[in-house]
Amino acid sequence: MNIVVCVKQVPDTESPRKLKSDDNTLDRAAADGVINELDEYAIEEALLLKEAHGGEVTVLTMGPDKATDSIRKALAMGADKAVHLVDDALAGSDALGTSYAIQQVLGRTGFDLVILGAESTDARTGMLAAMLAERLGVPQLSLANKVEIDGSSITVQRITDYGYDKVEASLPAVVSVVEKINEPRYPSFKGIMAAKKKPVEKLGVADAGIDADKVGLAGAATEVVDFADAPPREKGQIVTDEGDGGAKIAEFLASKKFV
Amino acid sequence: MDVLRVDDRLTDDERMVRDTVRAVVAEKILPNVAGWFEAGTFPARELGPELGKLGLLGMHLQGYGCAGMSAVAYGVACRELEAGDSGLRSFVSVQGSLAMTAIHKYGSEEHKREWLPRMAAGEALGCFGLTEPDRGSDPGDMRTHARRDGSDWVLNGAKMWITNGSVADVAVVWARTDEGIRGFLVPAGTPGFTASDIHRKLSLRASVTSELVLDDVRLPGDAVLPGVTGLKGPLGCLSEARYGILWGAVGAGRACYEAAVEYAKTREQFGRPIGSFQLTQEKLAWMEIALGQAGLTALHVGRLKDAGEVTPQQVSFGKLANVRAALDVARQARTILGANGITLEYPVIRHMNNLESVLTYEGTQEIHTLVLGQAITGISAYRG
Ligand SMILES: Cc1cc2nc3c(=O)[nH]c(=O)nc-3n(C[C@H](O)[C@H](O)[C@H](O)COP(=O)(O)OP(=O)(O)OC[C@H]3O[C@@H](n4cnc5c(N)ncnc54)[C@H](O)[C@@H]3O)c2cc1C
Repeated sequence: MNIVVCVKQVPDTESPRKLKSDDNTLDRAAADGVINELDEYAIEEALLLKEAHGGEVTVLTMGPDKATDSIRKALAMGADKAVHLVDDALAGSDALGTSYAIQQVLGRTGFDLVILGAESTDARTGMLAAMLAERLGVPQLSLANKVEIDGSSITVQRITDYGYDKVEASLPAVVSVVEKINEPRYPSFKGIMAAKKKPVEKLGVADAGIDADKVGLAGAATEVVDFADAPPREKGQIVTDEGDGGAKIAEFLASKKFV
Repeated sequence: MDVLRVDDRLTDDERMVRDTVRAVVAEKILPNVAGWFEAGTFPARELGPELGKLGLLGMHLQGYGCAGMSAVAYGVACRELEAGDSGLRSFVSVQGSLAMTAIHKYGSEEHKREWLPRMAAGEALGCFGLTEPDRGSDPGDMRTHARRDGSDWVLNGAKMWITNGSVADVAVVWARTDEGIRGFLVPAGTPGFTASDIHRKLSLRASVTSELVLDDVRLPGDAVLPGVTGLKGPLGCLSEARYGILWGAVGAGRACYEAAVEYAKTREQFGRPIGSFQLTQEKLAWMEIALGQAGLTALHVGRLKDAGEVTPQQVSFGKLANVRAALDVARQARTILGANGITLEYPVIRHMNNLESVLTYEGTQEIHTLVLGQAITGISAYRG
């Protein structure tokens, strides 16, 4: 089975994140880059499926040069090879542009299964899997917290607000995963050593047959018009317990419509 | 804070090792280690396989299931382990740098194939018995001896302060023979061989420390490590472990420093954070300097080691300077935390007490001082 995992490098949520004042896009150079958290679950799921069914896991990353760090980590965890789509023309792409660019690369690599994290911690649109499935013309199985493959059919448990749905489709397909799905492994030291020898193919826009007008900031259908810092948090309210602490807390929760 | 940003000079691999060990320590060690310390236990059997799966055990050795990483990567791993607890780093040092290194350097092909893959996986644990009840700094004068009996060896004696002693599946025991000092592989359970734990320690409590007794222990002829005779055998392993310590100390110091900085910013007295007082700031500034310098020393010695150029004097320099720096930092941090500095709610006193062991084992600070003294003057103050 040919499994492709889409891996995005995002600014570390532990370091302060900023938007650039000139074009209102994320300042990716300012913060340490890490693998988008949900993508680690996607990598783990791909590795588990490979261990169970055989095949090959390819990491697909679109991002600046510095995203190499994240690719290496994914390879150290156990992925077999990587494709790095890197080109200045891609900077500032929105979800539409990104899904188009990734579709073009997938046309080259081929795939039986594409796995993505359900959303990224930076843009948080949560739309990429749906857009990609639509562009590829294959079924989308979203928000999976369990994936099973039997021959050419795939079944996922999809989490919802009230429980879960069981969704079935046939391969090839696109799956987006949530964090309950597994426990991502740490890269082992042997894995780190082995990663150095694994192939990483670097593609530019032209190599991948991407129309440069449809990607990047200029090609984006959406635009960040303005931004402002989140207002500082208001001071908390202290309830002194005079024997009626429980009632007061219940009152407070009710006033905020939590209960 | 990390003014010098020494880690910016690490390679991608070394950084990945750092991040991995740091994450594992945060997940599996930090939530539990104060409890282990208080109870005087260390879950060696459970942690062995987990650390083995990562590839931490014997990570700088080549082949036989070992990851074959650089000296700097190994150092960085030691630093991050010891930021958790010196007992954890000791466990990994003894397994990888002492027991496995002895077998890797001096063992026969059969020894290596029998023990190293299982030890790398953490399924088999090892210990290293050099120190004796009556011989510490002067191991060349050890009492434990081995004599030939037909094709067998018979060992008698005792070893003291042996890390991992009672949990080990195999003990590397150094004994004097007619030919000089030799190393023996003694499997746990060999008749006449017992290991009992040393209790009532107030340092390195999250670590197993044992006494080994060898009472007419009969071993087959091939239990001896064929590759070395003489004190240079154990010293060759100690040099590896000391190298790990000079990195590890930086981690212990850093943990204390971070606790102190956090505390100084949030604790208020006289209506202001205690970090606003000049005396506190001076302490923090010196801690930053001490740790920056120790970190530089570690990286420099590590790069020399990877280039195959490092000397024992450089390792002594690093062990002496960095453990002392870490101990100074721990003590300063302790004062900043006031009364909270003496509880296990914060990591500081745990590290501070641990570092007293680190100062003594693998060559006491006095002995490393004399090594440097000899290098400087050309005169040995401790050997005839
Ligand atoms: C927690 C812990 C774990 C340990 N784990 C191991 C282990 O796994 N394997 C192992 O083999 N050993 C281990 N050791 C033992 C350790 O290596 C010894 O304690 C150390 O070598 C010092 O020996 P000693 O304690 O007998 O002190 P001594 O050698 O008796 O020294 C006492 C004091 O005299 C000083 N001194 C001695 N000779 C001189 C001199 N010529 N000039 C100036 N000062 C001198 C020393 O520096 C020290 O201050 C461990 C120790 C501890 C505390």
